[in-house]
Amino acid sequence: MVSAPVQVAPPVQAPARVRRLPRWAGPVAGVVAVVALYIAFRGKAVLPHDDDAALFHWLNDARDWVDANRNSSPIFLYVVNYVRLGVSEIYTAIQAALVALGWPGLIGLAAGLGWLAGGWRIGLVSLAGFAGVGVLGFWEASVDTLALTLAAVVLSLLFGIPLGIWAGRSPRVRRIVTPVLDVMQIMPTFSYLSPIVLLFLIGPASATIATMIYAMPPAIRITALAIQRVPGVVVEASESLGATRWQTLRKVRLPLALNTIMLGVNQTIAAALSMVPLVALIAAPGLGVDLLRALARVNVGAALVPGVAIVLIAIVLDRMTRSAAQRREGGTRARIVRWGGFAVLTGAGLALTPVLAQEFPEQWQVQIIRPINDVVSWIEANWYTFTGFLNDTVAYGLLNPLQDVLTSAPWWLVTLSVLAFAWRVSGPGPAVVAAACLGGVAALGLWQHGMETLTIVLVASVITIAVGLLLGVAAARWRWFAAGLRPLLDAAQTMPSFSYLLPAVALFGNGRFTAIMASFIYAVPVVARLVEDGLRTVPATVMEAAKSAGSTNRQLLWKVQLPMARGSLLLAANQGIVMTLAMVVIGALVGAGALGYDVVAGIAQQEDYGKGLAAGVALVLLGVMLDRITQGANGRRSPHKKRNS
Amino acid sequence: MKKLRLIAGVLILGLSTAACGGAKVEDDSAAAPSASAAGSAGASAAGTVKIAINGWVGYEANAAVVSYLLEHELGYKVEKVTLAEEPSWQGMESGDIDVILENWGHEDLKKKYIEEKKVAVEAGPTGNKGVIGWYVPEWMVQKYPDITDWKNLNKYADLFKTSESDGKGQLLDGDPSFVTNDEALVKNLKLDYKVVYAGSEAALIKAAKQASDQKKPLLMYFYEPQWLFNQVKLVKINLPEWTEGCDSDPKKVACDYPPYDLDKIVSKKFADTGGKAYELIKNFQWTNDDQNAVADDMTNNGMSAEDAAKKWVEANPAKWQAWMPK
Repeated sequence: MVSAPVQVAPPVQAPARVRRLPRWAGPVAGVVAVVALYIAFRGKAVLPHDDDAALFHWLNDARDWVDANRNSSPIFLYVVNYVRLGVSEIYTAIQAALVALGWPGLIGLAAGLGWLAGGWRIGLVSLAGFAGVGVLGFWEASVDTLALTLAAVVLSLLFGIPLGIWAGRSPRVRRIVTPVLDVMQIMPTFSYLSPIVLLFLIGPASATIATMIYAMPPAIRITALAIQRVPGVVVEASESLGATRWQTLRKVRLPLALNTIMLGVNQTIAAALSMVPLVALIAAPGLGVDLLRALARVNVGAALVPGVAIVLIAIVLDRMTRSAAQRREGGTRARIVRWGGFAVLTGAGLALTPVLAQEFPEQWQVQIIRPINDVVSWIEANWYTFTGFLNDTVAYGLLNPLQDVLTSAPWWLVTLSVLAFAWRVSGPGPAVVAAACLGGVAALGLWQHGMETLTIVLVASVITIAVGLLLGVAAARWRWFAAGLRPLLDAAQTMPSFSYLLPAVALFGNGRFTAIMASFIYAVPVVARLVEDGLRTVPATVMEAAKSAGSTNRQLLWKVQLPMARGSLLLAANQGIVMTLAMVVIGALVGAGALGYDVVAGIAQQEDYGKGLAAGVALVLLGVMLDRITQGANGRRSPHKKRNS
Repeated sequence: MKKLRLIAGVLILGLSTAACGGAKVEDDSAAAPSASAAGSAGASAAGTVKIAINGWVGYEANAAVVSYLLEHELGYKVEKVTLAEEPSWQGMESGDIDVILENWGHEDLKKKYIEEKKVAVEAGPTGNKGVIGWYVPEWMVQKYPDITDWKNLNKYADLFKTSESDGKGQLLDGDPSFVTNDEALVKNLKLDYKVVYAGSEAALIKAAKQASDQKKPLLMYFYEPQWLFNQVKLVKINLPEWTEGCDSDPKKVACDYPPYDLDKIVSKKFADTGGKAYELIKNFQWTNDDQNAVADDMTNNGMSAEDAAKKWVEANPAKWQAWMPK
């Protein structure tokens, strides 16, 4: 039920044509039945939103209890508050250490580490990347962001790697851990901010914990995978030589798995960096604060520049850890060169720290906020009719009718349809889970808002997947197109999701369509990339065979490539939908309403706390539901943003 | 492996030092990182003040001037923490916030954090008079003179329809965290409207400017003091008059917003140990015009908060010198 059995993509078969009729008769009958039931029962058994639901009050009371007992209940005195203090200390220590290095010291250290990991190339990338952050004028905030990221990554690895080793050794643990990780990664990041704030209050400690929850799954998953992959022969050899289990783990398994584990570290860092801006909502310092403030002022330039700073940090950390993951052979000489270079670069940086100014020199900073804003206001002034038209077309043509249908249909009809559809696409197990999740949303008293969120997600996913498919197909066909597209996709993938809201707001005003556009930009790179990869994996021999049989290009695409890449396409759809959900929720910050708004309001307004908490749970349920429906995708790996190198 | 061990060591060390401090949530290690960060100009000698920054420019104007004086006249370091209103109060409990510089009422929070938890105290009025209400652009009043009475709003609901308002009239609200009774008002006054959240003050301002320039209908939540009233003519809708206690139950509100005397809130710890910084903040008082002047410079004249504050401070020495601790 949990992990879908590996299905082999059905080979293209011509004889299937004979059974065509019964194949589509089922779905058509189903659709007809649903439409008939909808017409018959329209407006009955709907669950209109009620702000006064008993559950919300109960959750508010629970919150009040926690607030009143924070300094007296033993759970808080001896567990929760210590966790908070400990995490806070870690963050403070890392932040203080980074600041104490001074900006030349930190840049030097980065360059040194880059050199150590991957020679002069990576050293240069690190040097340029960190210096670039300073040039953009966001040095101090970037150091805070870096400290927060590192704190979260250290904690994630501290818990994630042992857990991963354990899961890698024991299939039973793996069976328990996998679904939990699934949920952790599907959960829209927004949804767990309120419970964390309840337990750990606001501030860097809760921010670190929130980031950690998001960043830990790749560490666990990839470590487990790495340990599993260690060849059994080697382990047996070690054991037969009399090594204890601990020795085998330390001297055999871990060293052999190390390179893969480094990739896990790489993914963990990427995940942490994409979460870190968001936690500014709960008083975390760093670049997220600048992003939030820009959002509040509708200042596009001021939102893009910190976004670019995060991209720079992400690139540096990514290249560094990725080249560290490549095994490097070499004798003593090579080692001396590596460590020597590291020492020289770091030393040079540190030596400059007392000499140069405390703060990153202002004359070195480049002001690019204003030119960006000039461009934006020009677009705003001149494209107004076009963007307004686009907004209204999507709102009146797609969003409103779909929302009408979903909110006026009886809840059991929607649930049944989901059950049937998921059954058809992904099988009975996922279908039951999906339907149960939807039932859960109803039980939480958030049916109507859930349906509103679902409406936005569906429309956004359709647009995202359609465009992603086009881009992917084009990239798979023309090399030059792929080459031009790749850097754009890379950048779009590392930009914090926050930064996308503002250009969308500037163009389309506040509302659901803005959230759709932002999630489109956020999710389309992953979809395009997965489609392209899927199409490229179709064996050349098959293509040749089809060509020599006289297929046209179009036939080749529709009859050979797309069917054979079915697995990748489903994975692309799955990823696209889950990412869209995450972003649509953040769209509540710019007026997209629905569940996302409930969560935001829950953080910001006392009496809405219970509703916000419930909405967070409802979002998780929606996420799991959407994931299960599209789970026909087999062999899902870490569903987090994938960088296929 | 060595790295792992190192990390574990650091962690254990960190946890054990934390453990000695006790496990209540008041944070005593205040400003440890920032103090060490602030070698510049020897400014850190007097200590650090953590000011919450709520999401409207009037508030930022208060914060700009107070921070400027703290930094340049008293030698403090100021840490600005961008945060919504209610979480700022929570920050007083967790030790992340020392000062809220423009508080709008929030009687429930005062009861919770000042009376019950005793982690915050009032630090006197800011001198600003606050008004919250519903506004329409002036041209609408000229065209539909009776629109300013709430009883006629349903008659005009069609004018305010948008793609986001479910076929009802749209009442545009700001940031979800702002003080608002609007959803309850719409329900209890039986208005055929839907509250739509623009997300921020700036989005409201943009909508107001567009509505005025392009003669588009707009009904929106807004407030004074705000510099926008000097640029765009907006007319307030008359809601049922406010009387003492008519808004005590947030779900049953059916009357206008009360007049607000905006005030300052500081954490108990800061009141006890804040010294001169606390004195200055307690004495800080100015007018709506003062605030609007600074906010206008920050928003429309392209000045940074610090430059705008500097300009005001240089132009009004008598005012701020009266706030200085003796």
